[in-house]
Amino acid sequence: MDKIWLIIKREYLTRVRNKTFILSTFLLPIVMIGFIAVVVVITVNSVDQYKIAVSDSSGMFKDEFKNSKMVTFAYRNDVNERNYVKEGFSGILLIPRLRTDKKDTIRLISEKQLGMMTDDAIRKEINKAVEDKMFQDRGIDRHVIDSIRENSENSVYAFKSLQVKGGEIKESNSGRSYGIGFACGILIYITLFIYGAAVMRGVMEEKMNRIAEVMISSAKPFQLMMGKIVGIAAVSLTQFLMWIVLMTILSTALTAFIPHEMMAQAQQVNQNMPNMATNNSMAYKILEIKNIFDGVNWGLLLFCFFFYFLGGYLFYSSLFAAVGSVVNEDPQEAQALMLPITMPIILSFVVMSIAASTPSSPAAVWGSIIPFSSPIVMMARIPYGVPGTVPWWQLGLSMVLLLLGFLFTTWMSAKIYRTGILLYGKKVTLKELVKWAFRKS
Amino acid sequence: MDNLISVQHLKKYYATQKAVDDISFSISKGSIFGMLGPNGAGKTTLLRMITGIFFPDSGEILFNGKKFDAIADVSQIGYMPEERGLYKKMKIGEQAIYLARLKGLSRSDAMQKIRYWFEKMEMQSWWNKKVEDLSKGMSQKLQFVTTVLHEPSLVILDEPFSGLDPVNANMIKDEIYGLAQKGSTIIFSTHRMEQVEEICDHIVLINKGTKILDGTVRRVKQDFKENLFQVGFEKEIASLPPNNIFEVVGTTDHSLVLKIKEGHKPHDVLQFLLGQQHEIVLFQEILPSLNDIFIRLVEGTPLSRQFQPITT
Repeated sequence: MDKIWLIIKREYLTRVRNKTFILSTFLLPIVMIGFIAVVVVITVNSVDQYKIAVSDSSGMFKDEFKNSKMVTFAYRNDVNERNYVKEGFSGILLIPRLRTDKKDTIRLISEKQLGMMTDDAIRKEINKAVEDKMFQDRGIDRHVIDSIRENSENSVYAFKSLQVKGGEIKESNSGRSYGIGFACGILIYITLFIYGAAVMRGVMEEKMNRIAEVMISSAKPFQLMMGKIVGIAAVSLTQFLMWIVLMTILSTALTAFIPHEMMAQAQQVNQNMPNMATNNSMAYKILEIKNIFDGVNWGLLLFCFFFYFLGGYLFYSSLFAAVGSVVNEDPQEAQALMLPITMPIILSFVVMSIAASTPSSPAAVWGSIIPFSSPIVMMARIPYGVPGTVPWWQLGLSMVLLLLGFLFTTWMSAKIYRTGILLYGKKVTLKELVKWAFRKS
Repeated sequence: MDNLISVQHLKKYYATQKAVDDISFSISKGSIFGMLGPNGAGKTTLLRMITGIFFPDSGEILFNGKKFDAIADVSQIGYMPEERGLYKKMKIGEQAIYLARLKGLSRSDAMQKIRYWFEKMEMQSWWNKKVEDLSKGMSQKLQFVTTVLHEPSLVILDEPFSGLDPVNANMIKDEIYGLAQKGSTIIFSTHRMEQVEEICDHIVLINKGTKILDGTVRRVKQDFKENLFQVGFEKEIASLPPNNIFEVVGTTDHSLVLKIKEGHKPHDVLQFLLGQQHEIVLFQEILPSLNDIFIRLVEGTPLSRQFQPITT
C-alpha cells in the first residue's frame, strides 16, 4: 500500500508540475470561451441579407411579404430574369397569375444558392400570403385571421409538459435535459479518450525507457499499473475542478463584457431562423443556458457525473494500460491494438446521441446499463430526471455493473500488463493478448 | 549456513524455449559471483527469477536460508538490469529519492544516503538536472547509485561497465569491492571475461539454459589447464633436442611454450632444460584465460538458440 501511494504521488506530481498541464488547464477555458464569443459575434454579424426582386404579374402579392433581417423584397415588374443581377438583386421571384383550379409554379431564380434558411423564409412568406388570400376569398377578414392567430397562442392557452410521478409534479423541459445530457455525454466521451491515452502513453514511456524492469524489481506490476491509473485520475479531477472554477469566472466576466444589445440581437436572429436551425445555434445555446440552470437537481447530476466519469475512466484506462504495455517502438501497432477499445467508446457515443433525445428507448436503457457504454449513455439520460425517466433500480444496477466491469477489466489488464511490460521486440497479436488475459497465473 | 542465496533445480520454459532448464547453485555471503554465458543463454531470465520479477515454473530459491518471498525480500535486493532505465523527464535528485523510497527507505534516510553517494561519486551538481541531460556514462553511474542506495544484501549487476570510460569503470569497480567488503553479496552478469577474472570469486557458466560450469575462478582454471609452460631464455635459441618430457607447441622471441607430456612434472622440464646450458630467465605455468575456457565450452554449439516447441 505504501508503494502504490508513492507511485500515485509521483504520477500525480510529475504531471501536475508539467508545463503542458498548466498551459492546457489555463488555456482551454479561455480558448473555449473565446470560441463561443467568436461564434456569437459571427452569428450576429454574418447574417447575409438578400435583396429579392418580386415580379408579380397579377399584383396579387403586392406588399404581402414582410421584410426580415435575412430577406428584403422589392416589387419590381420591370426586372426580369436577365437583368436582376445588374439591378442589384440577389435573386428574383417569378410569380405567375395563380388560379385556384390549376397548380402553377413560383420560381425563385438566383445565381448562387441562397441557402436553406433563406429558401425557407421565402417559402413561408409565400405560403402565408397564399393562405391569407384563400381566407379572404372565402370571406374571412384578414384582421380577423391575424387576431385569431395572436389570441390562440398568447391568450387562450399555454402549453406545459409536466412530469408526474407519485405525488410530485415537475415541469419537464426536454430541451434543457437534452442539452445537459448531451453536454455531459460528450464531456465524458472526450475525457475518456484524453486520459485513457495519457495512461497508455505513460505505460509506453516506462517500457521504452526501460525503467519498467527497475520498477518491477521494487514494486509489483499491479501496483505500478494501478498507481499510474489512480495518479492520472487525480490529475484529471484536478484539471476538472480548475476548469469548473475558471469557466465560472470567465463566463461571468464574459456576460459582463458583451453589450446587452448584442445579446438581444443574437436572440432576435435566432427567432427569425427557421426551427430546424435553432438547436444548432451556439448563440441560442448561450442564451438558453441562463434559463437552463434553474430546476435541475445539481447535486445528483454532479455526483453522477463524477461517478460515471471515474467509473468509465477506470473501466477503460486499465485496458489502455494493457495496450501500452504490449506496444513496442512502433506507434502504428498501438493504433491497431487500440481499435477494440475505441470502437465501444465510439459506439457508446452514437447510443448516447440517441439517448439524449429519446431517453427511454430500449437502446438508451440498455446502453446505460451495460458497463462498456453506461458512463457515456447514462449521463445523457440522468438530466431527464431520477427517479422518473431513469428509475432508481436502473441507476443502481448500472453503477454496480460498472464497478464490477471495472474490477474485471483491471484484473484482465493486469495479467496482460505483467507479461507485456517486460516483453521486447516481439509483435503481439490480439489472439495472444486474449490468451494472456485468461490464462491462470 | 553462510549461503545468502541458493537456487535449486530452477526451471522456466517459454512457449518455444527452455530459457532456464534445471539450474542449481549457491552463492556465499559477501562474495562476488559471476554469471557468464553467451547471448540468449538464459541469464536475464535467471536473474529475473532471483529478483522476483518472474516466478519459476518449478524449483526453489532460498534467500538467507528461507524460501524467497518476492514481496518481502525485494527491499534486500538491488537490481541493475542490462537495459538501463530511468525516468527521462524527472529531476535526478527526486528520482533517486523515489527509487529509494520504493525500496522502503524513509525520506530522510533516503536523503542522507543519496547525499553520501552523490558526494562520493562526484555527482552533487546533478541534483536538479534531468536524466535526459545526462550522457550515457553519467546515467550509468546514476543507475548504479540508485541500485545500491538502500544497502541491499544482494546486488545484482547486469553488465555494469558497458558504456563507462576506464576511470569511471574503475570507480564503480572499487565500489563493488567495497560493497562486498561490507558484506553485500554481488551477482555480476556479463560476457566480458577479463572483468570476471579480475573481480569474481566464484563463477557459473550457463549455456542454452543449463549450467555447464560452476566453481571458483582458480579452481576452474586449474581444471582446464593444459599443462602449458612458458620458458624464457636470455638469448634466442634455435631448437631444443627432442625428448619425451615435453613438446614445443609455440615460439615467441626469446621464449618457448611447452606442453608437458602425461606422467611428467614441471620439475622434470626444468631439470632437462638446466642440462642444456641455456640461460633461463622465466619459467611459468600458462593457465587458460576464462575467455579461452568460455570459447572452448560454448564453441561448437549453435550460436543462436533455435526455437522449438516445448512440452512440459
